[in-house]
Amino acid sequence: MINEIIGTILICAGIAFDFFGVLGLVRLPDVYNRLQAATKCVTFGTAGILLGVLIIQGFNAFGIKCIIGIIFIFLTSPVGAHAISRAAHRAGIKLTGESIVDIYAEDKELKESSTK
Amino acid sequence: MKIKTRSRLVVFILSAFVWFALTNMKNWQEVFVGLLLSLLVSLIAGQFLITTEKTKHLFLRILAFAKYFLRFIWEMIKANFHVAYIVLHPDLPIKPGIVKVKTKLTKDSAKTILCNSITLTPGTMTVDINPDKNEIYIHWIDIVTKDYYNIDENTATISAKFEKLLTEVFE
Amino acid sequence: MKIIRWVTGVIIVALFMYFNFFIMELTTLIKLINVLLFSILFVLIRVIIGRTAADRLVAVDILGVLTIGILALLGLFYNESFFMDIGLIWALLSFIATLSFAKILEGRSLDD
Repeated sequence: MINEIIGTILICAGIAFDFFGVLGLVRLPDVYNRLQAATKCVTFGTAGILLGVLIIQGFNAFGIKCIIGIIFIFLTSPVGAHAISRAAHRAGIKLTGESIVDIYAEDKELKESSTK
Repeated sequence: MKIKTRSRLVVFILSAFVWFALTNMKNWQEVFVGLLLSLLVSLIAGQFLITTEKTKHLFLRILAFAKYFLRFIWEMIKANFHVAYIVLHPDLPIKPGIVKVKTKLTKDSAKTILCNSITLTPGTMTVDINPDKNEIYIHWIDIVTKDYYNIDENTATISAKFEKLLTEVFE
Repeated sequence: MKIIRWVTGVIIVALFMYFNFFIMELTTLIKLINVLLFSILFVLIRVIIGRTAADRLVAVDILGVLTIGILALLGLFYNESFFMDIGLIWALLSFIATLSFAKILEGRSLDD
């Protein structure tokens, strides 16, 4: 009984953070900010959902698959975000107008001018 | 024992463990196929997991990793509330930019875990890494340091807390 | 202008939550799954309006992770564990798809 209550609370928190992350995907101004909000909140929220399912089900076949899912999400989601942001920057997508500083672009220009 | 053999052994044990967790081990055929597949995987791709000699006792490293993991979970909860505050605010209070930090870690696996934990903690995301100079470029959603070009100050604010804990695990 | 858009969004979300949790007669798990499906609607909005290819790539990546959560909740509802198998394979394929599309976006070939 107490398992189900704790698990349902975790599932509700996970769904709330998923929803906030998706709101950030819609509202924030450029690719990098969207990627930040979406990656953080959706990773944590989905891990929360899987943890809640694990606590409700206990350590049977379903629960162990949930543990493998949590480890998999935590390992792959930041790597995907890293790949997308690097590819976007190299493809020439600018930061939003509100941003202050872009040292990566400055260093890239420096390197190109020194090799020429 | 040579390094490659040890790495293959570790990969064999890990993949067999994952197979037994995913299947229910109802009869001997599943166990046999699982062992065969883990052997195949460890022969093909086994030598890439561990590439350096071990330096410390395994138990001490697991203890240090547990300490790092607790800190990481706490930072991640803070990061999620930070993003929720930014997203629900009507004016979107952001001040984004890309800054540069330095790292002293040498192993590739340690750098990967450092970059992953930078991505999942408050307001920061790894964009690229320069392996020659050990510099990481970081997109920061809400810059708090005064001087953006000061690498030491950025390092102290963003990555010093994880780097200290990860040094105990990997070096 | 900004505040008008914010208020419109809050009204839409509040209307959905009211209908979902107080009007419809469903079990609790199905109501929670409905919230996740509603957030997938927002992701699809970002896929459609997009602006750049990277925006669409981010949205598809996020869609893959959200689907694992939905499949786990469906497995809990039907009390079957094979939904989680589908979820794990889905996560693997969406991760590989994200990496290869990022490589194409960067301008390199796949065997580089």
